[in-house]
Amino acid sequence: MAEATHIDVSYVAHLARIHLTEEETALFQGQLNQVLEYVEQLKELDVTGVEPTAHAMSLVNVLRADEPAPGLDHDTVVDNFPAVRDGQVVVPKIIDQS
Amino acid sequence: MKYEACIGLETHVMQKTQTKMFCGCKHEYGAKPNTNVCPVCLGYPGALPVMNARAIELCCKAGLLLGCGINPRSKWDRKNYFYPDMAKNYQITQADEPLCLGGQLTTEVAGETKTFTIERIHQEENAAKNTHISGASLVDYNRAGTALMEIVSNPCMHSSSDALAYMTALKQIMEYGGISDCDLEKGHMRSDVNVSVRPVGQKELGAKVEIKNMNSFGFIVEAIEYEIDRQIGVIENGGTIDQETRGYDTDRGETFSQRTKEDAHDYRYFPEPDLLPVEISAEQIEQWRSELPELPAQRRARYVSELGLPEYDAGVLTAEKAVSEFFDETCQKTKQYKLVSNYLMGKVASLVTEKEISIADSELTAETLAQVAELVAGGTISSSAANELIEVLFTEGGDPKAIVEEKGMAQVSDDSALEIWADEAIAGNPKAVEAYKAGNAASINALMGCVMKASRGKANPPAVIALLKKKLGA
Repeated sequence: MAEATHIDVSYVAHLARIHLTEEETALFQGQLNQVLEYVEQLKELDVTGVEPTAHAMSLVNVLRADEPAPGLDHDTVVDNFPAVRDGQVVVPKIIDQS
Repeated sequence: MKYEACIGLETHVMQKTQTKMFCGCKHEYGAKPNTNVCPVCLGYPGALPVMNARAIELCCKAGLLLGCGINPRSKWDRKNYFYPDMAKNYQITQADEPLCLGGQLTTEVAGETKTFTIERIHQEENAAKNTHISGASLVDYNRAGTALMEIVSNPCMHSSSDALAYMTALKQIMEYGGISDCDLEKGHMRSDVNVSVRPVGQKELGAKVEIKNMNSFGFIVEAIEYEIDRQIGVIENGGTIDQETRGYDTDRGETFSQRTKEDAHDYRYFPEPDLLPVEISAEQIEQWRSELPELPAQRRARYVSELGLPEYDAGVLTAEKAVSEFFDETCQKTKQYKLVSNYLMGKVASLVTEKEISIADSELTAETLAQVAELVAGGTISSSAANELIEVLFTEGGDPKAIVEEKGMAQVSDDSALEIWADEAIAGNPKAVEAYKAGNAASINALMGCVMKASRGKANPPAVIALLKKKLGA
C-alpha cells in the first residue's frame, strides 16, 4: 500500500518556496510518507452512496450585498510594507507573465 | 500541405460592481494607490472572504445572455502561485464547478453568420496592478480582489477575423447586459489567446500556444496572425510546436517564448475552505432571465422592423450601447427616426470624435436632438443648418428654437426673399445658364450652390430649385 503514495519533497518544497537541506528533505520524505500511509487508511471505508463534497459544512450561499464597507487606512497599510514608493509596495522586479 | 488554425479565447471581464468580489472595499478606477484595501484583499492572515451577491448575479446573467446553463451548485477553489500581485499567494477561482457551463455566441464574420461555442464562465478575483520601474516593481492592491469573470470559448475559431468578430460581439453583449463597462483602456476586458494549427482534415488539435493577457483587439488580431504563420513555418521546416506560453511584443509585431526554467505551472488547485458553495434555484434563474435587457441583435431587428431603418443604420446605432440608448430615448420624442439616425451616425458621431466627448458627457440631449429632427422635418431649418444647430447644442446646449431664432438659422422658402439670390446667381453664371438651357440639367446645381452660399445655407433647397427652374423657363 505504501508504494502507491509518494511525495516528491524537493518539488513540493520548491513550489512552496521553502529551502530544505538534503537532511531535511530525507527527514520530511520519511515523515510525509507516513502521513500519507495514515491517510490511506480512509480507503478502507465503504463510501458507496456518499455524495462527494468539497466542504464539511452544509451551509450554502453565504453572501453579502454589494455595498462598500470601510477598509484599512492607507497609512496603516503602507506601514506594513517592507519598502514603499509612491504609496505602493516595492517588490523585486517582476520578470514575466501575470 | 494545407493547415487549419484553431483558436480559443479566455476572456477576462471585470464586472460592474461597487465593491470587490470577497470584501467590501470599493471597486474604483484611478483611486490613489492602496486606498481601497482591507485585510481580505491584502491577504492578511485570518481574514475571511464573503461573496459579493451582485457579482454572482452578473456572472450568471452574462451566462444567460450567452445561452449558458447555470450550474445549480458551484464551488470555489484555490489556485496557488507566488506572485506579488496576489498577496494571499493564491487566487480564489472556480476549477471544476463553475457558475456557468456551455453556451454560444452568434455573430457575423464578413457577411457570414457564425456560431462560436463557449465552454464555461467562472467567477474569480482580479490581481493587483503592477508598475515596473528601474530595478523593481511597484504593487497597488486597489484592483486586487475585484470581481473578474473568465469566459472560456472552445477552440472553435479558425482565423483572426473569427476572433475579432467574437470579441466584438462579446464586448457588445457585456455592455448591453450591464455586466461590465468593457472599457479596454481600463483593462475591463483582457484575453488570453490559444492558438494551434493542424493539417486540414486532422481531428486532433495541434500543440497549443497561449498568448497571455492582451487588452487591445488590434494586437490580438496581429498576434494570432503572426502565431499561425510561425507555427506553420515551424512545422513545414520539420520542427514541432512546443506547448508553451508566449508574449506578444507590440513593437516588433511578434510573439516570443516566455518559458522559464520551471516550465509547467503546478497550481495545486484545491477546494477553498473559507467559502461555501453557491446554489442557484430554478426560480432565481428565471427571475434573472426576466430581467435581461434587449441584446444588440434583437435591437437591430427592432430598428429595422418597427422603425423602418436600413440594416446599415441599425448596425451602426447598436454598435455602442450608449448610442443606441440615446437613439431610443430620442425616438420616444419624435417619429423622425431616419433623421435622428442620420444625425447620430453623421454630425453627432463626428463631434464625438473631434471633441473627444461622449454623447452622454455632451450638452446634447434626446429632447433637443428630437426637436432638431422636427425642425428639419417641418421645413423650418435646412439640413446644413441642422448640422450647425447640433454643433451648438452639443457644445453649449440650449433651446433649439431659441438658437435658430437668435442665429437666424431658419430657412428661407419664400420666393420674394429667394428671388434676389436667384437673380444674382443667374446673372453671375452665364455659362451654367446656357448649359442648362442646352439641356444639361445638372448645371442647375451650380446656380443652386450660389444661392445656398449667398443665403449662408438658409435657402430652402427645393424652393430654390423650383424658383430657378421657373426663372430659366423650364
